[in-house]
Amino acid sequence: MSLNTQRRLREVALTPDEYLAIVEELKRPPNEVELGMLGVLWSEHCSYKSSKALLRRLPSTGAAVIQGPGENAGAVNIGEGWAAVFKIESHNHPSAIEPYQGAATGVGGIIRDIIAMGARPIALLDSLRFGPQPASSHHVEGVVAGIGGYGNCIGIPTVGGEVYFEECYTNNPLVNAMCVGLVRVDRLMRARAEGTGNSLMLVGAETGRDGIHGASFASLELDETSSERRPAVQVGNPFLEKCLLEACMDLAHTDAVVAIQDLGAAGLTSSVAECAGRVNGAGAHIDVGRVPRRERGMTPYHVMLSESQERMLVVVQRGREAEVEAIFQAWDLTSAVIGHVTDDGHLTVVDGAEKVARLPISLLTDGAPPRRLIGVAAEQPPGLDLDALPPLVDAGATLLRLLASPNLSSRRGIFRRYDHMVGDATVIPPGGDAAMLRVKGTRLGLAVTTDCNSRYCHLDPHVGAQLAVAEAARNLVATGAHPLAVTDCLNFANPDRPEVYWEMEETIAGLAHACRALDLPIVSGNVSLYNESFPARGEGGPPQSGRPDGAVSSAIYPTPVVGMIGLIDDYAKRLRAGLRAEGDFVLLIGSSHNDLGGSEYLKVEHGLVAGRPPALDLARERAVDRLVLAAADNGLLHSAHDCAEGGMLVALAECCLLGGIGVRCPAIRPEAPLRMEAAFFGESPSRFIVSVSSRAMPELQSLARRHHVEISLLGLAGGDSIEFEGQFRLPLAEIRQAWEGALT
Amino acid sequence: MKFGVVVFPGTWSDRDCGWVIDQVLGAELQYLWHKDADLKGCDCIILPGGFAYGDYLRTGAIARFAPVMEKIGEFADRGGLVWGICNGFQVLCEAGLLPGALIRNASLEYRCQWTNLVVERTDLPFTSQCATREVISIPIGHGEGSYFADPATLSRLEQRGQVVFRYCDAGGRVTSNANPNGSLHNIAGIVNARGNVLGMMPHPERCAEAELGGTDGLKLFRSVAENAMKVLAS
Repeated sequence: MSLNTQRRLREVALTPDEYLAIVEELKRPPNEVELGMLGVLWSEHCSYKSSKALLRRLPSTGAAVIQGPGENAGAVNIGEGWAAVFKIESHNHPSAIEPYQGAATGVGGIIRDIIAMGARPIALLDSLRFGPQPASSHHVEGVVAGIGGYGNCIGIPTVGGEVYFEECYTNNPLVNAMCVGLVRVDRLMRARAEGTGNSLMLVGAETGRDGIHGASFASLELDETSSERRPAVQVGNPFLEKCLLEACMDLAHTDAVVAIQDLGAAGLTSSVAECAGRVNGAGAHIDVGRVPRRERGMTPYHVMLSESQERMLVVVQRGREAEVEAIFQAWDLTSAVIGHVTDDGHLTVVDGAEKVARLPISLLTDGAPPRRLIGVAAEQPPGLDLDALPPLVDAGATLLRLLASPNLSSRRGIFRRYDHMVGDATVIPPGGDAAMLRVKGTRLGLAVTTDCNSRYCHLDPHVGAQLAVAEAARNLVATGAHPLAVTDCLNFANPDRPEVYWEMEETIAGLAHACRALDLPIVSGNVSLYNESFPARGEGGPPQSGRPDGAVSSAIYPTPVVGMIGLIDDYAKRLRAGLRAEGDFVLLIGSSHNDLGGSEYLKVEHGLVAGRPPALDLARERAVDRLVLAAADNGLLHSAHDCAEGGMLVALAECCLLGGIGVRCPAIRPEAPLRMEAAFFGESPSRFIVSVSSRAMPELQSLARRHHVEISLLGLAGGDSIEFEGQFRLPLAEIRQAWEGALT
Repeated sequence: MKFGVVVFPGTWSDRDCGWVIDQVLGAELQYLWHKDADLKGCDCIILPGGFAYGDYLRTGAIARFAPVMEKIGEFADRGGLVWGICNGFQVLCEAGLLPGALIRNASLEYRCQWTNLVVERTDLPFTSQCATREVISIPIGHGEGSYFADPATLSRLEQRGQVVFRYCDAGGRVTSNANPNGSLHNIAGIVNARGNVLGMMPHPERCAEAELGGTDGLKLFRSVAENAMKVLAS
């Protein structure tokens, strides 16, 4: 292999073995454009060559599923003729080096995936991970501003998500954006290039040189040269996308459109190849000379690989191009016929009369040789001897410190920067367990959430993944919604390291296990690898792995973010987390154990990330969820809140703060072997805090017996403080100050 | 009674206003396209929220040149009701139909939250269903909603009673803590001297149904529905 070829392979991030596979298949060396096209489509980001085999283990079918993985987004039937379309996607690497535009274009990209299904986007969620403040402030500020900058301008409410702070994300922040849309079931679109001779139209923004090799960049570790790749980060234009969105919605008025496909990573190359790849034997003929451009001197290579944002590919019935052009023209958007669908199974690219590239579609979309990686169990994380810890002295003081910790404090300082009301559909705003959107014209409520406690995943990836699924489900159940389906964003470090690949294996097994047990199909998702970075030379870092020159990298915890949607048949029955009435009984549903491993209590009070994550019994989880749903459906509950990080006492405080009502409780006297600190701050899953009127108590008790679920009385709602008799009493105002003071 | 809701490219409250007019209020609804040169017989024109033309230059700076704006100016001169909400308020200021300007929030951040407003004028077609000095609760959603005017303009507005809504606390006290964006004199909405052109930053179309958190916004829509015909007749 010549030095020149080796240099070109490095540029497009292909290995020599992959190059040889290409030559063997083509029976000739690829030219420069072809090599670039294969480079982006065979990148990890597009080809899933390291994760494909594992992803097949995830369940993706179910009675409600209309569209599973493989399309721009998944879709489930929610009744009354409506389908919910949703997907989550990462934009981690761009956000690490250019936080504002990285996050903004992440939002823009996921919105286009929903539009491509013919659906109107109704909600956005963002799952974020940063290093500890204040060192990570520029990431936090840029990402939050970018999400708001795009979502607020385009007019889609940002209703939920999560924010966590952990050392491992210092140089590798995670930005996972989820979008949910609605479409009539019979208008759901699929991005299939059907019909030989049909036209391929490129619509929306003009094509520039921005973002070339973005997909390849996302498939590398970050290092000291990453900031030089800033030109690989695209720039977003939410106004243009708003026009594109409305024009695509107007396409529903014509039946001239066969398919719509988003242009995302790998731009025109991937969208044409994917669209054709979904139809047996289909190919495409593209003339790059007809692609509208925003700058001069662009080569065919640039045009095929550009990741300019706010573009869509539309497959139009031959002869009806003018109807489609008129719709885009009304929104002052460019549209151009750039080619047509063929039946030769090849992607042929010409520049006017000149031939530029010709590659088999199957080589582009499925040709990347799967990478055979080996997983080796990581070292057991440090064990935890609870008896060696100093005892809990003052539960009230600990509560205040936990509520003030960045992982538990109020998120209001962030979500008030996002428009979460536009659309007149947000019937549960952000700040509780899950947000809920009403489906206008019906009584249906769609609850949405994202979840993942990566500290648990670090301590045990299998159990951690299960806990993420269970907690997302519990968040939905707390609103009275039945969990329906999942989208997942799987963020890992470098899979070439056996302990990382092992984390992937364990995580995916855990996800599959939990989703099967709770009847939750995974209908869409995304994998983001290589989330680890090498510090600049001379700096230290956690000793996790080496590089030939001796630098050590910092790797993220395995972070399988679970996005989940749920349904309530009448949103008038929805529940909120805050206490509602003085005199209500406040109850703990579910049982508590000594689950302090990986807890926020351990981290905040003792500086430890250690032990085993809480034990999860999926059958119990199901029973508890069913009890809460039955009680909600019968109108027995006044409020419901998931018990999560920080345990019972933090959840109880949140119920009080969100409802503006205090609570009076008898002293907690845990029965052995349950420890005092675990009773207050342990993170046992499958628990809720609910409030009910005294009249509803007998019925709730008998319902709980029928479901074999333990319920215990915590106290009575009322007053303006939280009191555990003889243990502590704190005014709500003081608690609120701690909770709201951390993230402003 | 027919409401006209203007749609610029980048407008997004059009559909929410349309929903309230059509589904909650039950009045007649007509969308008006920015390229329209005809107001199609509407009795009240709403300029809704959003980012018209992206608002990249300055909020409302491009929208004021849209063909539909010329007709809206003429309509306002004839005494027709024009109601700018959020971005619509910004457009009305740029178009010179209302004095002053909306500048970046004092926090330099976008704010989406509930606010309390004290209603200082109830003799207007927009507010007749409100009680004198009633405190209403209406959400805001903007990054550039800080009302600014030079001292002379400001004192003229105050003297003539053109301030319609002021940010206040739940008890109706106009305090700096209750001011979400740094507006001078806590101004949330103003009307022209004649009383037929209203601009306000808060979003009444986001609170016309209890399930969205409140119904105070509906009072404004109801006021207009009741009065529009009277205004045109006078």
